[in-house]
Amino acid sequence: MLRTSLGFVGVALLCLVGADLEISTLEPWEELGRIGWGFLTPDASTLSHVGDALVNTITFAFCGLALGVAGGSLLAAVFNQSTMVRAFCACVRAVHELFWAFLFLPVVGLTPICGILAIGIPYAGVFAKVYAEILQEADRRPLAGLPAASGKLSRFFYGVFPVAYPDLRAYTSYRLECALRSSAILGFIGLPTLGFHLETAFREGLYTEAPALLYAFYLLIASLRWWVRPRLVPIYIAVSFALISTDVHLSWDNIRRFLTYEILPWPMRSDGYYAGTGEVVFDLMEIGRWGWNLTATEVVPGVWNTILLTQIALVGTGVFTLLVFPSICRHFNGRLGRALSHYGLIVLRTTPEYILAYALLQLWGPSMLPAVVAILLHNGAILSHLTGGHANTLNLRVDRPQRRSDRYLFEVLPRVYGPFLAFLFYRWEVMMRESAILGILGIRTLGFFIDSAIAEDAIDKAVFLIGATALLNVGIDTISQIIRRRLRVRPGTVFTYD
Amino acid sequence: MAPPVDVATNAFDLQDLSIAYEGVPALQDICLRIDMGEKVVLIGPSGAGKSTLLRHLQELSRHDSALIHQDYALVPQLSAFHNIYAGRLDRHTSWQNLRTLLRPHPREVAAVQPILEALDLVDKAHDRVQTLSGGQQQRVAVGRAVFRDSQILLGDEPVSAIDPHQAGRVLELIKQSASTVVLAMHDVQLALEHFPRAIALRDGQIVFDRPSEQVDPETLGHLYRAEG
Repeated sequence: MLRTSLGFVGVALLCLVGADLEISTLEPWEELGRIGWGFLTPDASTLSHVGDALVNTITFAFCGLALGVAGGSLLAAVFNQSTMVRAFCACVRAVHELFWAFLFLPVVGLTPICGILAIGIPYAGVFAKVYAEILQEADRRPLAGLPAASGKLSRFFYGVFPVAYPDLRAYTSYRLECALRSSAILGFIGLPTLGFHLETAFREGLYTEAPALLYAFYLLIASLRWWVRPRLVPIYIAVSFALISTDVHLSWDNIRRFLTYEILPWPMRSDGYYAGTGEVVFDLMEIGRWGWNLTATEVVPGVWNTILLTQIALVGTGVFTLLVFPSICRHFNGRLGRALSHYGLIVLRTTPEYILAYALLQLWGPSMLPAVVAILLHNGAILSHLTGGHANTLNLRVDRPQRRSDRYLFEVLPRVYGPFLAFLFYRWEVMMRESAILGILGIRTLGFFIDSAIAEDAIDKAVFLIGATALLNVGIDTISQIIRRRLRVRPGTVFTYD
Repeated sequence: MAPPVDVATNAFDLQDLSIAYEGVPALQDICLRIDMGEKVVLIGPSGAGKSTLLRHLQELSRHDSALIHQDYALVPQLSAFHNIYAGRLDRHTSWQNLRTLLRPHPREVAAVQPILEALDLVDKAHDRVQTLSGGQQQRVAVGRAVFRDSQILLGDEPVSAIDPHQAGRVLELIKQSASTVVLAMHDVQLALEHFPRAIALRDGQIVFDRPSEQVDPETLGHLYRAEG
């Protein structure tokens, strides 16, 4: 375990050499001061005209989640039986919500449908995997008590579902929080959610408006537990679908054109395009050359930078977690200190990493640094929460070491390190997805090239690059599984996937 | 007038000690004096209050005592060496402890070596404790307490999982490694063989407190009799 950890630290240090982490703005700290001041003096008056955005954020999240749960439940039923389904789910969830939105933009435009599909499709892949895992790990004894000849469906609803329900519900409600974050971020690419106003506020340097919007978002997340009840959720979903149904214009022509023409590699279309006939030719050599060029000039540098960023952020997240989790642990910190750290961590993990990165980018200028810090803070907050929570369940011997450093090194750390590594490796894939996405902000990871392709209307290029990103993600997920299995570490909770 | 008490020779002096957990009495009106240098064994049926008494003695002497826990209280993920070393964490600086965790200094290895040898754990020194057998784990727990090298050593069933042919040797090691030793034990014969003074507890009270050679089978039969 130690050797694996040190190996990852070594790789991250090598990555640091290759990464651009410089602060290029002239007055980074002055700007930080202005943002800080903005957080103390938020201008709530701006909130009056973002009511629509708030409603959209919620409705997109509910509809997307409903879609994800429906699709995920169906897929979960056959998840363990079918390799095809497992591979499909892995690919679907390997593509970030923002990239899905990019894919739907040319087909359906900046409409609610785009946002809902962008959330619902990857979430279906995640739900399929996690639901299947929960059902598989559910206690089998109640099932054994049922009459053997009971039908398959009866056995499921009497013997499995009730046992697994608490975990399924807990995971789904955690996902609602994620869906709201995803929904908010979709505003950054133009959909009418909170992110749209946040982007405007940050870009125009309105540092009293942006915090007001963020505070509104925190309140939304914090208030979930009061207004989201299992019984009310169907009503919310029905209302959400009703609200967006007024704004659905599907053009079958668009969809057909997208799937049968725009998605094809440019060499197939170029002759017909210039001739104005829209004719498609199939020249394998030309397509191969196109793919090769794209790989050499965009995929390889994009993948390289994405991996650099991910590995630095991964180790940074680990270091952050190991330093910070004692602050919420009863073996190290008093009641007041624990409460303060706890709320600090909630704010950090509620803030979408995309927004953190965007804000830091305004401060420090374009380099990998804002992205590293954003990913590290967001994921570090989640991991600290999980690791600290695990440490709180430990009962130390009555004659435990008096000094806190000794207690940390010789009693707590050895016990929590395995689950901590498992949490961290679960997040690896998530961090990779985030690293790719943050390219949209100008860091040359895969997202940068995808964003450029979309900007120049080159759907074929974007699809090719997104495919490469998905493959990279599936690869990381596989490596992470192998490492976890070899180290024999398990987190022992379902709240680790994101 | 009460005779003057020599504080220096007095390890524990309990007067009318009563302890209750959530209203249920665990110890009642215990009066007990143990001098420095004494080797004492606590006997009595399960639930008599032996563990409670030991925990209380540990509280009273926390800065100069070591405790062998009934459930070992080891860190399963650390090696036998590190678990034993942990007995002396408070004698080193935090930096030294951190360094020992990563790569033990030969000085520390040499310090722990005699204990590993005495407990027959030399070839298990670098194994994680979670991979050891129950008896081996218990020997590591004994090792940690012995390595602590304190004036007072307390033990709750310290040889319960150790092979009979080793148990006597381990008990002798425990006796030699601290001036005052108080153990709770289930194996009465073994206890009386090795310890000169026996204190018998039942239902949270002291039934008798006498030299071991004066404990006869009839008294024991009475002590361990079934409820009724």
